[in-house]
Amino acid sequence: MLIAVLLGFIHACVLIPTGRFLKGKIAVLNAAIPIGLFIYFCSFIPEVVTSGNVVRANFQWIPSFGVNLNFTLDGLSLIFALLITGIGALVFLYTSAYLKGNAHLDRFYGYLSMFMASMLGLVLADNLISILVFWELTSIMSFFLIGFKNYDEGSRRAALTSMGITGLGGVLFLACTILIGSIGGSYSIQELLSSQILFSEHPYYALILFFIFGAAFTKSAQFPFHFWLPGAMKAPTPVSTYLHSATMVKAGIYLLLRMSPLLGGDPLWNNTLMIVGGVTMLFGAFHTLFRTDLKGILAYSTISALGILVFLIGIGTEAAILAAIFFILVHAIYKATLFLVAGGIDLAIGTRDVTQISGLRKWLIPLSIAGFLGALANAGIPPTIGFLGKDLIYESTLHAPNAGSILTALSIVTNILLLYAGFVVGIKPFFRKTSHEETEIRKSPFLIWAPAVLIGAAGIIFGIFPSLGQSLVTPAVSAILEHSYTPNIQLWHGFTFILLLSAITIGTGFSLYFIFRPSRKKEETIAKIDFIAPKFLTDLFVVSFGRLSKIWTRLFNSGFVRYYILIVLIFIIGILGFKLFEKPVIYMDLSTLKDVSTFEMGTILIMILSIIITVFTSSRLTAIASLGVLGYAFCIIFVFYGAPDLAMTQFAIDTLTVILFVLVLYRLPKYLMLSDTRSRIRDGILSIAFGVLITFICLAVLAEPFSREVTSYYANYAYTLAHGKNVVNVILVDFRGMDTMVEITVLAISAIGVYSLLKLQMKKSEVD
Amino acid sequence: MNSLILRTGAKYILPLLLIFSVFLLLRGHYLPGGGFVGGLVAAVGFVLYMFAFGLDETRALLHIHPGYLMPIGLSLALLSGFSPVILTGEPFMTSIWFENPVPVIGTIGSPLFFDMGVYLVVFGVSLTILFTISEEA
Repeated sequence: MLIAVLLGFIHACVLIPTGRFLKGKIAVLNAAIPIGLFIYFCSFIPEVVTSGNVVRANFQWIPSFGVNLNFTLDGLSLIFALLITGIGALVFLYTSAYLKGNAHLDRFYGYLSMFMASMLGLVLADNLISILVFWELTSIMSFFLIGFKNYDEGSRRAALTSMGITGLGGVLFLACTILIGSIGGSYSIQELLSSQILFSEHPYYALILFFIFGAAFTKSAQFPFHFWLPGAMKAPTPVSTYLHSATMVKAGIYLLLRMSPLLGGDPLWNNTLMIVGGVTMLFGAFHTLFRTDLKGILAYSTISALGILVFLIGIGTEAAILAAIFFILVHAIYKATLFLVAGGIDLAIGTRDVTQISGLRKWLIPLSIAGFLGALANAGIPPTIGFLGKDLIYESTLHAPNAGSILTALSIVTNILLLYAGFVVGIKPFFRKTSHEETEIRKSPFLIWAPAVLIGAAGIIFGIFPSLGQSLVTPAVSAILEHSYTPNIQLWHGFTFILLLSAITIGTGFSLYFIFRPSRKKEETIAKIDFIAPKFLTDLFVVSFGRLSKIWTRLFNSGFVRYYILIVLIFIIGILGFKLFEKPVIYMDLSTLKDVSTFEMGTILIMILSIIITVFTSSRLTAIASLGVLGYAFCIIFVFYGAPDLAMTQFAIDTLTVILFVLVLYRLPKYLMLSDTRSRIRDGILSIAFGVLITFICLAVLAEPFSREVTSYYANYAYTLAHGKNVVNVILVDFRGMDTMVEITVLAISAIGVYSLLKLQMKKSEVD
Repeated sequence: MNSLILRTGAKYILPLLLIFSVFLLLRGHYLPGGGFVGGLVAAVGFVLYMFAFGLDETRALLHIHPGYLMPIGLSLALLSGFSPVILTGEPFMTSIWFENPVPVIGTIGSPLFFDMGVYLVVFGVSLTILFTISEEA
């Protein structure tokens, strides 16, 4: 299973050398990956669905931190995995036609593959840390996908917005993970569930909920974080299809579902989800009335659908969870269909403005069939899967623990508006009188309409045979409820109250569709209240934060090294001096000090002399040479006190430093009195203060009780464990080799920095 | 600098310093020395040569740009860190050793290769910086 999850990443790596061949005529071969994975996950259906088992596959990753790649395939994961790979397969096929001839098609497939793999990892992982890693990967990959048209400023901005919002959620998720891990003592969801910890009674429960809701709401575009989703419409249509129907935005829903046995059941959990979900579903649904862009309408209808899901999870009863999971299936199917159709229309006629398009059925028959199927499923007209989904939603709201009638009314209004949105996208472009000439239309190729028709037909098949969906959904519901639950999903329940509600929904929706016309004017009207929209406020925040950081940076970045050093020194003196002054710990026992030998006296004298020369000389060369003398004298002191390694290195470094100085010397102006007396006095005082401070710190260190534990550990084990006698070197290359690794990396980076700064030759146009 | 003494001296001192630097590198595990100081000493040798013969001749002597030694050294260090993962399945950076010590050098193991990586990086970094600056000067 590890390979199955990582296959997308492997595919992306393979595309680097082979991309040239895989983006031409045989680009469609890339779809073999998701198709293969889809078949692979289908092979688990008998085991997971029929016998209700949970398939596990464990791989050690960082066992010392309790972080492992434990993949758990239960009913919930299976549904998501099938959606991800199944719709993924269609999207891959569709892409090969949609982006035909694009110069970066291989890159696109790479992103898409990695995105699919991250999503798979997310829904299969059992360990919270690995979920977090995959969660962040989906954010990063969607950034690349949304910003795929990187020459377009709008795309770049949309990608950044989505990255910013979902990145914020990632940080919150990290906080939630750490909190849960430290309270529960494990990062494994399975272990947390079996440990029977009651999170809802923990004092930090509200905080955990705050973090996890923040994570889920940003990812799943809940109000007020919804605005990145319509922005993400800048992406190529296959991306929108994938992001909206089966992946990305469903990640937050998945997280909430996964966590609901662990954290759910508390009024705080239920009410927050119901309120946020309710607001989002109405908000999104109303907004569809005022959009004219096909994809824009779909984006708001996705927001609304996500709101319904959060709302249902919030209700939290058995029926609601069942409705939520079934609706995930429903939404994935009809939203994928509608998006694929919208992309096909865009490709055929070059616009997505719904007011400009009509009567396309003449030329795009298969696409219009797909659009019709999608709109039917979306509207919940029998015998589509949407009808079953809508029934389950009404069923759960009617029997909700409290305020059932209000909840039902809300969901009816939402569904009416969603029906309108689906009809506008799926049916309106194809019917009524056409205003287009035949020459304007580009016929859709097979790979554009076939995926749409296929998934649209799936909506009908699932509707006619409710047992199909029921058997898929049952293990997922049981996984969340933690006991087996057998729903009864049927197309025909007889003349019930719910059927009446369904009829009302469909009837009102129809009349809305026939009376209400989308227009530019309405879109402009709604744009007038943008100044209180979350998007606007966020932009404002971002801009003002940028200004603040500019002011802050200007304050400290004078551009002169001497001022940087000045600031650093003042800061250190201030903070350390305060600490020492607050709690003086210095004491000196003169009797324990050794006698000072003549060698040491001599060396110190040399040092003092060279310092005086350095400071007061009027020749630059003399100053540098005497600094070198000072360095060598230091090395001698190291030799005296038994640090030959340090002394040797210091010798070499000092030599090179002096050489470096001499080389730089040519480029500097003649030695003049560059600083006036006042600043020299200031620098003098500062350096003396710093020296005094360091002296005091050294004395303070001596006053502390000294533990030799570490020293003796290294001394004892240097030879037995690391086969070395030179403890210093053994520490450098073995015990703390990781540090050295990072240090030499930093060294290399700084060398590259020097090289590129000096070699940089700015073009005239680039000089600021 | 056009001094015959310096030129003649540098010609003989460079190989000596290089041998010395390798000596420092190899003995580092038992006695004072190691890759870091070894790399510095080797760099000093080339800098001396540069003073005597000029930058271009030193470059010609080195054949490759010292900057290339940085990635080579880094990869060597990284590979030695990964060798236990690949060879014995132990975690990253666990040291592994050959059974029997080799005469003169001592026991050979992954830390030695790590140290060689450090040597190359330090050598490459020092020379890259010095060459670049002296070229600009």
